[in-house]
Amino acid sequence: MTVADAPKPTAAASDAPLDPLEIPDLVPNCMKASRPFVAAAEHQAPLGFPGALVENWQAKAIEKIGELRDKYRSFRVYLDACMKCGACTDKCHYFLGTGDPKNMPVARQDLLRQVYRRHYTLAGKHLPWLVGARDLTEEVLEDWYGYFHQCSQCRRCSVYCPIGIDTAEISMAGREIMDSIGKGQKYSNEIIGKVKKIGNNLGLPPKAIRATLDDLAEEVEEETGVPVRFPLDEKGAEVLLVTPSADFFAEPHIAGLIGYAKVFHQSGTSWTMSSYASEAANFGLFIGSYEQMREIALRIRQAALDLGVKRIVFGECGHAWRVAYSFLNTLAGPFDFLDQRFPIPQHICEFTYDLMSQGKLTFDKSKNDHIKLTFHDSCNVARGSRMGAEPGGQFDIPRAILRATCNHYYDMAPETIRESTLCCGGGGGLLTDDLIELRKKGAQPRMRALQQVADESGVTHMAAICAICKAQFTKVLPMYGFDMEGVVSVHQMVSNAIVLDKPKEQDS
Amino acid sequence: MGTVLTAAYALLFYGATAVLVCGLALRLWQYARTPAPLKIPTTPAPTTRAGVAARLLRETVLFESLFKANKWIWLFGWVFHAALLFVLLRHVRYFVQPVGELIAAIQPLGIYGGFAMIAALGGLWARRIFVPRIRYISAPSDHLMLALLIGIGLTGLGMRYVARTDIVALKSFFLGLMAFDWQPIPPDPVLLVHLALVAALMIVFPYSKLLHGPGLFFSPTRNQADDPRERRHVADWARGLEAGRPKAG
Repeated sequence: MTVADAPKPTAAASDAPLDPLEIPDLVPNCMKASRPFVAAAEHQAPLGFPGALVENWQAKAIEKIGELRDKYRSFRVYLDACMKCGACTDKCHYFLGTGDPKNMPVARQDLLRQVYRRHYTLAGKHLPWLVGARDLTEEVLEDWYGYFHQCSQCRRCSVYCPIGIDTAEISMAGREIMDSIGKGQKYSNEIIGKVKKIGNNLGLPPKAIRATLDDLAEEVEEETGVPVRFPLDEKGAEVLLVTPSADFFAEPHIAGLIGYAKVFHQSGTSWTMSSYASEAANFGLFIGSYEQMREIALRIRQAALDLGVKRIVFGECGHAWRVAYSFLNTLAGPFDFLDQRFPIPQHICEFTYDLMSQGKLTFDKSKNDHIKLTFHDSCNVARGSRMGAEPGGQFDIPRAILRATCNHYYDMAPETIRESTLCCGGGGGLLTDDLIELRKKGAQPRMRALQQVADESGVTHMAAICAICKAQFTKVLPMYGFDMEGVVSVHQMVSNAIVLDKPKEQDS
Repeated sequence: MGTVLTAAYALLFYGATAVLVCGLALRLWQYARTPAPLKIPTTPAPTTRAGVAARLLRETVLFESLFKANKWIWLFGWVFHAALLFVLLRHVRYFVQPVGELIAAIQPLGIYGGFAMIAALGGLWARRIFVPRIRYISAPSDHLMLALLIGIGLTGLGMRYVARTDIVALKSFFLGLMAFDWQPIPPDPVLLVHLALVAALMIVFPYSKLLHGPGLFFSPTRNQADDPRERRHVADWARGLEAGRPKAG
């Protein structure tokens, strides 16, 4: 045995920093069993979808492919244009975390493309073996259900595709097709039902929201001595804040909401939230349904009209900001009744950053000295939206806020942030306990990147700008040996550091 | 025999050209006609049409996204396409009389292009065979497409270095085709194989993954400007949904 043949000492191997983007060996079908609960009839009905798999589901699904092909240029072009170059094969965090080849973006698309080819292309109709075309069998449908729910629609693959093929467009179409034949996903569809019935994903009724907000106001005044308000349904306010309902419910989300309130307070802006549109999230996106997404978005238009506000500002949520920034004008515009001097809608980070630029906010950074911070770019913000006037503002504005509020800021490895950011592992309608194994594995690349900056720079906390990221990290950080409180809201950092003017003493 | 051969190849090229032109036109018309109801540029994206044109130009000329993705695929893919461009330009001399200065000047580059093209295709094929991820996503047609292109390249270079053909007669065949005044085709086997493969490529183009070229220009993640807050974007089919929604005032 030569020296070169000797087994490497295991201690050294385990001490070596793990590459976040290390490409795994292929383990075919190892995630075949991963699938979320199927929606029951009661979850399907409020959305107008069939309650169970319809009798002629094959024919219906194939017909739906044709319908979507005629409605969405993305779907049509992306089914045709893939040249199987392989550029995307190592870009999906679920592939990196599982090694299942069907989690390679192109292979995920192929699950639908092979059926499309069989029924809608000349070669697929006559020579299916040549072009990899397949009939829509029960097995294929099971693969659709399993693997289209292993895509968080984060669009990382679309950055690298030479044609710009976005797997999210395919997995959304896949879910829309399955909804139309009665095979919906319980988690997303149940939540959409709650929004329609109650106004938010968590099903918090107005009274519960009011009680939470009152508690928060009391807590903040006790802590700071400043009467920071948390207004709900106040007509005539200037700003309508639409925020994910998680902000009313759990840490670290609530700490972010307190941050927004302090910024509004300090800037002297009158604002309100709405119990009718008490949800920024829009799961219509995840199931690929224009109609569902539109219906949810229209609640925000309605609330803005009812409350007579002049501006709409969105709280921290990734896909919500994509829908707001990229689609709200399309789905629920035109917003000619709002103040045209401000972006419609505006992100809370843009709002805070503008005030910072005007010198209207003062921060005591030392309040965050116990924190060594990094920032997780949320996928939908990074690759599906913008902040500010310049492309890339969605990366620079949150970082500017964090650097202004914290003395110790460190970026993670460049190939894992900004446009190359990795999904948290729970986006796209996958933030459900029935997919916990997938969520853990999908988080692996991000967790490794976090481990790197923790080792190299002593990073203790990671700020996120999305309710799903925050909830997902709270759950998976402990699985990777981190403290679950290691994830913070961007506006939690603002909240910690902002200097509030004390109320003037009343003249006696 | 010669007449039959000439007629067969004449008809083959008329047919192949018709399929290529009509098939591609149909595709482009379908792509153009299908609406893109939502703004989905992969951001950061240009905010203006001019910026979008620059992005598409970078993607077309430099393969910018592919460069970010994988340097080997980029190298082989880019070299193949650039080489193919010079090879095609070299072949212009068979279709025009007189031959322009530029076309005359790049003739040697077309030869280098032939070698580079085959080498790059070989690189792509090797990856398709030896990289497990890419082997997994390959259908028989993906291998055949590479074989077809390499076959065209080898027979082309074969006529330059091994079994030369009568290129003067060949040129009069193609000029004749274009003028609908058929001239005899040189009956050299290597040439006939070369031309048959080229015709096959023309025929499969509109029905295959070769649509990735035109596809890029219709790809909403690449061809849309990032301006959804400034410009309201509504597809025709979505306009129908707008009745009965909350109104201002």
